[in-house]
Amino acid sequence: MSLILWLFVTVAAYEFGRWLRARTHSPLAQPVAVAIVIVGTLLAVSGTSYDDYADATGLISFLLGPATVALAIPLYHQVARLKGMVVPVLVALTAGALVSMVSGILLVRWLGGSDVLERTMAPKAVTTPVTIELTHRLGGYPELSAAFAIVIGIVGAMIAPRVLTLLRIRDPRARGIAVGAVSHGIGTARMLEESRVEGAFSGLAMGLTAVVTCLMVPLVAYFLL
Amino acid sequence: MIVGLLWLLGCQLAGTLIVDATGIPLPGPVVGMLLLFVVLVLRRRDAEDDPIIQVGDYFLSHLQLFFIPAGVGVIAYLAIIRDAAVPIVVALLGSWLLGLATVGWVLNLFLRRVPSVAGTEGAPGEEIE
Repeated sequence: MSLILWLFVTVAAYEFGRWLRARTHSPLAQPVAVAIVIVGTLLAVSGTSYDDYADATGLISFLLGPATVALAIPLYHQVARLKGMVVPVLVALTAGALVSMVSGILLVRWLGGSDVLERTMAPKAVTTPVTIELTHRLGGYPELSAAFAIVIGIVGAMIAPRVLTLLRIRDPRARGIAVGAVSHGIGTARMLEESRVEGAFSGLAMGLTAVVTCLMVPLVAYFLL
Repeated sequence: MIVGLLWLLGCQLAGTLIVDATGIPLPGPVVGMLLLFVVLVLRRRDAEDDPIIQVGDYFLSHLQLFFIPAGVGVIAYLAIIRDAAVPIVVALLGSWLLGLATVGWVLNLFLRRVPSVAGTEGAPGEEIE
């Protein structure tokens, strides 16, 4: 019974989030964030453990796999725009991954965070399964870094388009790639709603950032941790 | 419908098998995404009623739904986050902003020389919402 109950609650909370966004037109009303608050509250009120909830909603989590594979489709539609972009994209994503990891570590250090927290903060920009794997390798808390990755994905979904406009980054390819590089799949979900070009490049950047970050982590760890 | 779903699951399966066999530190679905991209480029079929594109676009239009169970897990860590709120919040937002700006500005420098093929079609520049 609780399996179908939590599946229903999760999809209903998501649908409510979609309704709220359509109603308010606010980028802050991201369905994923609205649903997390609703489901989290219901779990607390009903005294259900997160493990029980995660077991019940395994079907929804599983669908993230084929949905990630499907990100190849918008990218394929943009294949004509990829010409001449390979080197710039790799340079930009490498620079972005280094800046993101180094600044994350140093900010935690300067503000008095623990060594373990530095190691947990470093790889949070990549897609959640890779974050968990890398934090495990670095000696941080894998589950906490997964939580950081989700939070920063939601932040990206809420404010990234506005921040990019403030930073005077207007090329849709650059906008998509920048969001995919720091807010992985959740940021990509938002960019797909902005435009096909931004969504496609965001998905591409999410995949490549995972590769680049895996290669950079030993280097960053050698010099900083 | 089912044919499209089979392709998505098949690419995820192939990606997972490749990750298991080679030990590369990437999730299976991300490798599956690269495999599906290769499949789509090789077969060059753009029909609107193509099963892969129909099913895939439907999944992507509800991408946020699939993150909810993992996202609810954040609530289990609220106590730890509260204990070190300042370093966590500042480092999280600070490194996010610096990474976003770095990628965007580096690309801005390069892309002036690589014009967008189809002009500004589909380019919002401003927010839609």
